[in-house]
Amino acid sequence: MKILVIAEQRQGKWNNTSFETLVAAQQIAAATSGTISALVIGKGVAGLADELAAKNVAEVLLVEHDLLEAYTPDGYCVALSQVISSAKPDLVLFPHTYQVRDFAPKLAAMLGKGMIGDCIGYRNEGGKLVFVRQMFQGKTAADVSFVGAAPWFASFQSGAFRSDLLSAHPSGKAPVTKVTVDLKPEQIRTKPLELFKEAKSAVDLTQAPLIVAIGRGIKAPENIPQAEALAKALGGEIAASRPICDEGWLPMERQIGSSGQTVAPKLYLALGISGAIQHVVGMKGARTIVAVNKDANAPIFEIADYGVVGDIFEIMPALTEALEKAKSV
Amino acid sequence: MNIIVCIKQVPAKDAPLTIAGNWIKESDIGFEMNEPDSFALEEALRLKEKHGGEVIALSMGPERVKQTIKEALAKGADRGIHIADDNFAQLDPLGSARALAATIQKEKADLVLTGLQSDDHGFGQTGVLLAALLNLPHATIIMAIDVTGGKMNLKRELEAGWFQHIECPLPGVLSIQSGINKVRYATLKGIMTAKKKDLATVTRESLGVKSEPSQKIEKIYVPTKTKKTEFLTGTPKEVATKLVEKLKFEARVI
Repeated sequence: MKILVIAEQRQGKWNNTSFETLVAAQQIAAATSGTISALVIGKGVAGLADELAAKNVAEVLLVEHDLLEAYTPDGYCVALSQVISSAKPDLVLFPHTYQVRDFAPKLAAMLGKGMIGDCIGYRNEGGKLVFVRQMFQGKTAADVSFVGAAPWFASFQSGAFRSDLLSAHPSGKAPVTKVTVDLKPEQIRTKPLELFKEAKSAVDLTQAPLIVAIGRGIKAPENIPQAEALAKALGGEIAASRPICDEGWLPMERQIGSSGQTVAPKLYLALGISGAIQHVVGMKGARTIVAVNKDANAPIFEIADYGVVGDIFEIMPALTEALEKAKSV
Repeated sequence: MNIIVCIKQVPAKDAPLTIAGNWIKESDIGFEMNEPDSFALEEALRLKEKHGGEVIALSMGPERVKQTIKEALAKGADRGIHIADDNFAQLDPLGSARALAATIQKEKADLVLTGLQSDDHGFGQTGVLLAALLNLPHATIIMAIDVTGGKMNLKRELEAGWFQHIECPLPGVLSIQSGINKVRYATLKGIMTAKKKDLATVTRESLGVKSEPSQKIEKIYVPTKTKKTEFLTGTPKEVATKLVEKLKFEARVI
């Protein structure tokens, strides 16, 4: 199987999910006696191509063009569709990033193909690849397979594979091939402007050793002080899943997940959080995870070290009291 | 400014899911408007209030989907289009997008909006696929829209707290990030007016869309656990005491 991995960079910096996807590609290649081409696209990214060449891949494709300096979905799709048409891979793999969400389905559609996005794993069933992804907000997993002829397109969720398993090139360096693409300014219809961050946040959750996080289960903003009291008793920071910050109940800077902060505290106490993948990718690196949820089937329990099936409004005050008592002895 | 909003109906958030082969048993559960799409609808209504024009609510699926379209009409959409399809859940993203695109092509829309992703399949591809099929420019994960001089100035969300401003011409396709606005409720007056609004029904066959699927859901199942979870039971007080002990002496994190 010929596998093409589209690695992602922005302003010359890697998105690390690219390397996790490369690990997935190495595993699939090993299982199917396949070969891997890794691709980097942009302008002035030859140095990044050399970095990729040091990994265990058959070749690196370097796609550079003045019009590819800043990412645009049109520019990437026009360029990559040309590369794919001539390289003829069987399987095109992407890291499932916001950028990939923005262009990869269109790229596949331009070539008349579909894409299985946001996968968390794969299985090789006698030469047929089956991709595993979550559905129903993580409450179920689904096996999805491709129908019809290659190329097939798939993306892997951040954290689905461990980048530390990435193997280096056996003899030092894979060849880097420059690929020229035909791209005209009028083909790019959107104009990317400046990148920016919102006002600097006062709290840096990535440095907090203890985090109490709330989800939809908190029900109303009036209930947040109960969680804050618990966080205070624990000596930790309060955080939340996306819907809470969307509602404006807590500031955006306290949001954990793919669109918010990624944290790896000593303790992560998840209260009324169901555990949708978008949240889990932001906190599964925590050393100890405690989940309290009324739904015993909530996906958060899949990654919890300690679980309590129950009402957070009963557990929060009881736990606050127990923590204060433990402090006083 | 004429806007088409693509809205999906999905199982209610707290619906107990029973797995049946490669989908869920739909007979005993409630359905609701896909939450991310409700933000797209709200954004469409706000743009209409500012710039005039018409908002069309477009949805695909079995008969029950009409209820969700009516909800959109009650909130202020001007008319609805239902692509009737009992087999909708089994369509792949490209298959659904082809039917939606064929419908949109018949309308004169300046802007097509979708939500970020659906709470059931969660493919998150519809907006981008529509842009490809309709040959329109697009942008996704949009946090703000400002329309001036025939083009849109957009705020797009990136990962880890980053944002980007983007200029996108009209007509175009946007997928809206959840939380972009505060969604309105339907008023009683809205619900009454909705009854008189036009709700057209089309089918994939009448649109001339046949779809070769590009992917297939083989089966759905409860995910296998990767970690061994120790469940603590008892009264809230007992559970709290046990948990503090575990965290102190076993996990040693407090």
